[in-house]
Amino acid sequence: MAGHVTASLEIADVTFAYPDGHPALRDVKLRIERGERVALLGPNGAGKTTLVLHLNGILAAQQGSVSVAGLEVAKPNLREIRRRVGIVFQDPDDQLFMPTVAEDVAFGPANFGVTGAELDARVDAALAAVDMAGHKDRSPLNLSGGQRRRVALATVLACEPEILVLDEPSSNLDPVARRELAEVLLRLDATTLMVTHDLPFALQLCPRSIVLDDGAVVADGPTRDLLGDAELLRRHRLELPFGFVLS
Amino acid sequence: MGAGHAHPLYLPGSSAVHRLPAEVKIVAAVFGVLCVVATPREAFGVFGGYLLVLVAVWIVAGIPLRWIAARSLIEAPFVVLAVLLPFTGPPPTVEWLGLALSEPGLLGAWNIVVKGALGVLTSLTLAATTPLRDLLLGLQRLGAPALVVTIATLMLRYVDVIAGEARRMRLARISRGHDPRFLWQLGATARGVGSLFVRSYARGERVHLAMLARGWAGRMPRRSDAAATPRQWALGLAPAVAAFALALAGWLAT
Repeated sequence: MAGHVTASLEIADVTFAYPDGHPALRDVKLRIERGERVALLGPNGAGKTTLVLHLNGILAAQQGSVSVAGLEVAKPNLREIRRRVGIVFQDPDDQLFMPTVAEDVAFGPANFGVTGAELDARVDAALAAVDMAGHKDRSPLNLSGGQRRRVALATVLACEPEILVLDEPSSNLDPVARRELAEVLLRLDATTLMVTHDLPFALQLCPRSIVLDDGAVVADGPTRDLLGDAELLRRHRLELPFGFVLS
Repeated sequence: MGAGHAHPLYLPGSSAVHRLPAEVKIVAAVFGVLCVVATPREAFGVFGGYLLVLVAVWIVAGIPLRWIAARSLIEAPFVVLAVLLPFTGPPPTVEWLGLALSEPGLLGAWNIVVKGALGVLTSLTLAATTPLRDLLLGLQRLGAPALVVTIATLMLRYVDVIAGEARRMRLARISRGHDPRFLWQLGATARGVGSLFVRSYARGERVHLAMLARGWAGRMPRRSDAAATPRQWALGLAPAVAAFALALAGWLAT
């Protein structure tokens, strides 16, 4: 890769089939530069979640390779890979498993060897970044859906990842919580890959989009162009909400 | 810490007992209960001594007697069992209000009731002055197996989530005309429990994935390693030492 700037994420010809033989990913190629915000769109069952689980080595590519900031996703590198790839899962109740918000945010960095005052500083900074600084000692159980989603984001930010991966970040949020989350994400300025069905949310946050269908990348371009292509959307079971007009 | 986990046995406070590190209180409580159990049942006065030690701790911790008394009712089923012993025990018997009561049975019943009561009161004292979360941290600092602490920590977090899920499933059943008061509708409830298990299992898998994604390596990370000071140990173990002295006295007296 001489003469190249190292990409935040480089996926090269990744192929994966589930044990029952069902192919989930076919020759997926993708490159995300540092600082880019990219939406990963596609119908249910397109392989989006499977692809996400390849990014931090929970699933291993059967062919091809994934690398994060130049480091290949492989067994010996898993620890560092998982620090570099911050995945925010869809259901915050799965992500927030510790009894208090602060402990949950500390879980990741503590696993990666951060301790003492630096750990506390990381927790404070991550919670401040998502506007949740005042809720350190509360139980995730007593937070609203939007607050939980933002704390889930903080648990990953505290690991200082190279790339942020969000799985359906706007699902189950009321319009206000959705807007608040968008404001936080826009402010973050982090390399982001966002898996979503929420096309207006993708348009608001991500200048670039990728459409995945049946395990293959079928489109890659400016979000506005893709969403303006009615035929492309129809072909891949994507749909803008009723009454939504691209301005 | 643990503000979100106000459990019914915890009485928030800032007394000297509340401020002691959890591991000190756990050791003191376990040791105290061992002393009680090891005391000969005929050493009646010694058990009164144990109660005085506990009362002293309650006064320092600011726990009202009524608060403890209400919660110690949990022991009632065991008392019922013990009440049977004097009637069913072997001879010799003593006459009381026209009833023939077995002497070994009486002693056996006294033994169960008094030791059970002191054990319950000690546990209630520990629970009243220590939030659940701190209890787990204390166990971890005492070197309890990592797996046990992990399971307990996750249980603490998810028991309410699972209860919420069960509540929603029940509402959905009732909304469709299910009335679990009828015996023949128990089947639906049983199937509900089954699907609750499957759901919880699936959630467990997802939580595990989320933990792996943040570098989980099989052990809960420790947030603070502030060990209890010798002074705190001395202070916290004082009631346990008093209990030990009482147990010794009991052995020597009988």
